[in-house]
Amino acid sequence: MPASDDDDQIESEVGPTADSATDDAAESIEDGSDYDVVDSALQSDTLDDDERSAALAGRRPPAAANPQNDTGRMIIRGIGQTLLTLGVVVLLFIVYEAWFTNFTTGQKQNALNSQLHKEWKDAPAVGEPSKQPTNITDIPIGDAFAILRIPAFGADYAKVIVQGTTDAALEKGPGHYTDTVGPGEVGNFSVAGHRVGKGSPFLNLDKLTPGAAIVFETQSSWYVYRVIGKAGSDDFVDPAYPVSGQSIVKPEDIAVIAPVPTQPGKTPTQKLLTLTTCNPKFSASQRLIVHAFLDGAPLPKAQYPNPSDVPALKGS
Amino acid sequence: MYTWLWRHLPGGVAIKSVECLILFLAVTAVLFFFIFPWIEPHLPFNQVTMN
Repeated sequence: MPASDDDDQIESEVGPTADSATDDAAESIEDGSDYDVVDSALQSDTLDDDERSAALAGRRPPAAANPQNDTGRMIIRGIGQTLLTLGVVVLLFIVYEAWFTNFTTGQKQNALNSQLHKEWKDAPAVGEPSKQPTNITDIPIGDAFAILRIPAFGADYAKVIVQGTTDAALEKGPGHYTDTVGPGEVGNFSVAGHRVGKGSPFLNLDKLTPGAAIVFETQSSWYVYRVIGKAGSDDFVDPAYPVSGQSIVKPEDIAVIAPVPTQPGKTPTQKLLTLTTCNPKFSASQRLIVHAFLDGAPLPKAQYPNPSDVPALKGS
Repeated sequence: MYTWLWRHLPGGVAIKSVECLILFLAVTAVLFFFIFPWIEPHLPFNQVTMN
């Protein structure tokens, strides 16, 4: 099978691969003593070239042979590569959201934790004005002011709570809705937190059962809240409270963080807590809400200095 | 694009592979530290507040 014009063209197109193949052929001609052998070598080589050019066509089309066809291929290849690249970028984004943000938020949490404990330790003795604002509305956005512990999430679960629910604040940790009251106050102390990524503080919020303890530590006290409902059951309804312990609402149902949840405008008499996060996981279509009530008086830290001294946190 | 990149990277196949890996990691770092944090608030995946 002698090399046709077409083959010549392809050989010149495909460059080094074809060149080396021709070199091989030349070598076999030099080495070969029998013409038959040379002939078959050439034949197989021509076949090889055909196969090569066919294989290479997808990657390197013959430009000179058909410029129009080449442009079309280039465009199609460009689209293909762009789609593949976008796919990889989307996968990387998932890795970023679900995994990488945990590290950055973890670092921020550690820094806030030591900063908060230092502030608390350096706090002036009773009677002197405290360095940390006593009124919750005076705390600057993004500043830490409490530590949240939920024994149902494990003994090591402790998240620093910051003021405000801006994106930057929530990147540090669960954030307090600035227009709601502080921990232990009459009204509805409301906190938002991320479900997936950013330390995933509220990942398992849906697993909290009625009566589950949600404990906030501030500079002076421990506040023990318990999820509304009949303790030990799956019944989140308790007629003593205006809302059930767990609900899934639309993002615009802002009434869940009203002083009396779901009844905006009413004057509160109870000390309630509301935690909000996104639902379902990885989605912003709904909000998962957990309501809790303050269980008993705040425990002063003078009397209960360590987490292990708090009954609700014992045995966790 | 990638063909062009591969042809213009210096070195043999092994060195080119390492160079590609470094380029990939560099692009990933730019995405993780600059692009994703910037684009994230505009995407509907992680809104947790009532609004």
